[in-house]
Amino acid sequence: MPSLNRRELLQMLGATASVAGLPACTREPAEEILPWVRMPERRVPGEPAQYASTLSRDGYGQGVIVRTHAGRPTKVEGNPGHPGSLGATDPQAQAAVLELYDPDRSRTPIRAGAREATLADFDRELEVRLDRHRQRGGEGLCLLTGSVTSPAAVAQLERMQQSMPAVRWYRHDALARDEVYAGARLAFGAAVETIYRPDRARVVLSLDADLVGTLPGSLAYARQLVSGRRPTPGDPSMSRLYVLESAPTQTGAIADHRHALRAGDVYGVARALAVRLGVLPQGERADIPVAEKWLDAAVRDLEAHRGAGIIVPGDHLPAAVHALAHAMNERLHNAGRTVLHLDPVPAGAGSENATLASLTDSMRAGSVETLVMLGVNPVYTAPADIGFAGALTELEYSVHLGLYADETAALSRWHLPEAHALECWGDLRAYDGTPSLVQPLIAPLYGGLAALDVLARLNGRKETAHGLLQEFWRPQAGSDFESFWREALETGVVPADTHGRVNRTVQAGLERRLPAPGPVDALELQFRPDPTVRDGSHANNAWLQELPKPLLGLVWDNAILAGPQTAARHGVVDGDLVRISHGGREIEGPVIVASGHAEGSVTLMLGYGRERAGRIGNGNGYDAYALRSSTAPWVADGAALEATGRRAQLARVQQHHGTEDREPVRESALHEIGALAEEGGGGGHHESLYPGHEGSRYQWGMAIDLNACIGCRSCTIACQAENNIPVVGKQEVARGREMHWIRVDHYEQGSGEERRTYFQPVPCMHCEHAPCEYVCPTAAAVHDSEGLNVQVYNRCIGTRDCSQNCPYKVRRFNWLDYNGYESGRFRKLATPAPQRNPSVTVRSRGVMEKCTYCVQRISAARIEAKKDDRPIADGEVVTACQAVCPADAIRFGDVSDPSTAVSRWKADGRNYVLLGHLNTRPRTSYLARVRNPNPSALGDDDDGR
Amino acid sequence: MPQVFTPRSNNVARAVVFGSIPALVILLLVSIALARSSLVTGKGRPIPQPVPFSHAQHVGALAVDCRYCHVSVEESAFAGIPPTETCMTCHSQLSTGSDALAPVRESWEEGEPLRWRRVHDLPDFVYFHHGIHVSRGVGCVSCHGRVDQMVTIRQVRSLHMKWCVDCHRDPSSWLRPPEHVFDMAWRDPEHPSQTGRKLMARYGIDTASLADCSICHR
Repeated sequence: MPSLNRRELLQMLGATASVAGLPACTREPAEEILPWVRMPERRVPGEPAQYASTLSRDGYGQGVIVRTHAGRPTKVEGNPGHPGSLGATDPQAQAAVLELYDPDRSRTPIRAGAREATLADFDRELEVRLDRHRQRGGEGLCLLTGSVTSPAAVAQLERMQQSMPAVRWYRHDALARDEVYAGARLAFGAAVETIYRPDRARVVLSLDADLVGTLPGSLAYARQLVSGRRPTPGDPSMSRLYVLESAPTQTGAIADHRHALRAGDVYGVARALAVRLGVLPQGERADIPVAEKWLDAAVRDLEAHRGAGIIVPGDHLPAAVHALAHAMNERLHNAGRTVLHLDPVPAGAGSENATLASLTDSMRAGSVETLVMLGVNPVYTAPADIGFAGALTELEYSVHLGLYADETAALSRWHLPEAHALECWGDLRAYDGTPSLVQPLIAPLYGGLAALDVLARLNGRKETAHGLLQEFWRPQAGSDFESFWREALETGVVPADTHGRVNRTVQAGLERRLPAPGPVDALELQFRPDPTVRDGSHANNAWLQELPKPLLGLVWDNAILAGPQTAARHGVVDGDLVRISHGGREIEGPVIVASGHAEGSVTLMLGYGRERAGRIGNGNGYDAYALRSSTAPWVADGAALEATGRRAQLARVQQHHGTEDREPVRESALHEIGALAEEGGGGGHHESLYPGHEGSRYQWGMAIDLNACIGCRSCTIACQAENNIPVVGKQEVARGREMHWIRVDHYEQGSGEERRTYFQPVPCMHCEHAPCEYVCPTAAAVHDSEGLNVQVYNRCIGTRDCSQNCPYKVRRFNWLDYNGYESGRFRKLATPAPQRNPSVTVRSRGVMEKCTYCVQRISAARIEAKKDDRPIADGEVVTACQAVCPADAIRFGDVSDPSTAVSRWKADGRNYVLLGHLNTRPRTSYLARVRNPNPSALGDDDDGR
Repeated sequence: MPQVFTPRSNNVARAVVFGSIPALVILLLVSIALARSSLVTGKGRPIPQPVPFSHAQHVGALAVDCRYCHVSVEESAFAGIPPTETCMTCHSQLSTGSDALAPVRESWEEGEPLRWRRVHDLPDFVYFHHGIHVSRGVGCVSCHGRVDQMVTIRQVRSLHMKWCVDCHRDPSSWLRPPEHVFDMAWRDPEHPSQTGRKLMARYGIDTASLADCSICHR
């Protein structure tokens, strides 16, 4: 073979380069426009449409309004008319549009051992088997579902049990609230759902409950709790929040009094409280890890506000704590006022013989012939001690319906692709029992089935999910079904009174039914659902993986949380890999030292360590289920922690939580809030050499109430969904290159009882004297006449001077091709094009970007107002972060009009601007935190942690 | 060893040095002219369509209103391309055997949309809204030309940013009374800028914010 010499090689390279440049001379092909063949009525081409639907929040319904562009769902908003949403959503609902378009979703039926399989094959096989089961009254046929709150599905399940009495229906939900129902049975003799009304409460005592974070009703609770915590100098009243907690939660972060103690110690404290409240007889005083003074103060406060207090126990605590809370709430006359009871929302909640453990026993005993698993992934989420995976492998015939071909699909005979919640009909009940409909926004992308479709098959019905749904609701509708149905779809709430509110009283002799408090030994082990991927079912969602976890700022991983002293005792620091062993099993994971975590206790996050989640979710973090047992699913005793000497790389968006005396978050005690106003807001008082901007009719501004913010970071992910913000992956976040336009800063101050946690959402400040604008060589960062600091992507040449000069560090640079246009590296992280918001430019590599105050929403409102020849009304422009906020902490509007909501907030004495001494005159300002401590709860002799 | 450079080389060097200045100027002028030419803007370029639809026939000869087909032009950012159904309201009766209409009939029978090709294509980072321009009295003709005389629709304006911004800075000479927005042949009886001033007041057009970047770019 003739070898190339240097000269020939250079000639060829030159020729290649010039030929490679030629395609740039061709014109882009003309775009195509595809109109309808028959256009649906009342459709306006080019304008988005909105539909009400319902998404699941760990099984409970949260009402949503979904925006679609040309039939593609692109954004989820909360439904203000739905009690489980009140206009807000959780981060999982925001990410639902990404999950819908996930290319890793299962697309075809899979039959173990077969190369190809179709739904028709499955139907044929199933029919033969079902005939056999029907002849024996359903014997050998078992069903496994998660928590079912869908009334139509429950009706089908009941129908099946009537026609085939021997069918067995098991339920497995890794996040099931079994202890809640067990506690109610202990107190009332019947399982009830307990819901709270924090808006009616003046004093709230949380026993390790994350009231505003993870309870089924947390979206509503956050809104309601915060509504009683907005003091003004004119009306300086505010509810008081006491929190006893084991691991740091969002509720603890906003508390007026917070005390850390192990989850295992909460029962003892609850007993001590019960004794003080007269629920339990005076006995010997047990040694409890909370100061007497603290408890006495809380009890006095609760007693002073009878009927206006709440004692809320955490879902993971043992039944006895729940029973005691019921008795105490009843004694304080809170029951029926601030604490309400209704029949359990999930069907068959808390029944003890329908668990995964009993199913596994039956499978081993050979009494299960056919197992149908609907929307669950028990091979991954089963407790480690029951050996479900092994039993499933040996089962002759199993069917799995799921969004992904996951761990369970791999061990099942059949896997069927499930329709996404945005693709199918259904219904769900909210935390307070309100039913609402799930309506499809798009035909199933991969031909998936809804759970109702499979139930129809099992019942031998030919109806579609839509048919079954209408069949169920028709009898409830009264005479005019058509208008009932229309109203339910339009408003997103079924107009029927089916809440099932009940009145219960605690049965006598509770103290005899309660177990004796036992000592907590060795190291306590806690399991908590992950704040973003929950039980692991959202693991393949890149938005959720990259959403910094509240209080940790961790992305793409889970960690083992330990208190500072516990970590020091074992000689481990942040990022050290440790081995946790319990009950003969062990896992390895990285430690995060969480100040404020109870000592002698470690917290494990569920939902990670997936093997068959998809390309995004596989291999992140450790699998905490491997250590979980069916008998102690939430809190276990006697664990051991051992350092391995190795380290893991964790990507966190904030490493440092001190404020360094710069006072980014201002705080005042309630009785001193008048002084805040005298201090001044810190902005706009200095003279400036820079010229002012000429104003036009509207001047946009934002105010954020730090006393309301609960640090949930829903704003971050809502902004991501609205503004086409790319995902960058763990390595890039570790380099500080995350792209989120609104971050939530988290500060810690003090220790022990004086330890304070602050959250501060930071979008672009839209400074009137913006430092970024003066340094841009291409005038890509400029001011517009309505006060927005705009970034013109097409002018940006990527010098990054603006980011360097921004004191708030809110600018984000596209270091690499995060949308995956040119290289393959980020392609798997790239958001599928159908999700993208067509009203917002997709930025390319080398371009700076940042919060725009949702300029596309301002434009839309301006155009609508102009067309009607009227001014833009207050509240007409709602930014994505503002819309999603469960705590209603953000106001946006015209600051030149003193009557707007945002202007009223800015006129509040609590208003201040961040780093005001720099005289940047930000349009975004903050309302200071207010603390409402009980003067008698604090003492010098307090040694609380 | 002979000299590598003969005295003649000096002339060559001079020619290169002094010649390069006009060459660069010419290159610059050519690029500027090229960027403004229809070669780049696509002005006047015919674009083949799946159906040889004639605006001259429908708008000019038959006087069909723009909004009969472009239904959302008054409301939406997108003027709307008519569904096949709109074509078939007439062509199920008229010219039913025409070869030119075969793709329309095929689309109707098979339920597959016609694939039209875009003529007025703005860059993806520009957000133009038909509805607001129509409601503020910008006539169709101002941007699209005498569509009623075009057999094949063509782009008649450069669609350069300068062209947009000129009007945004001072729209007075481009405005019409609302009743004449869809009128292809309307001529201002008065002096255009006088009418324009009156119309700007009537429409409440405030040019202070109209040339902001954020008006068209998001």
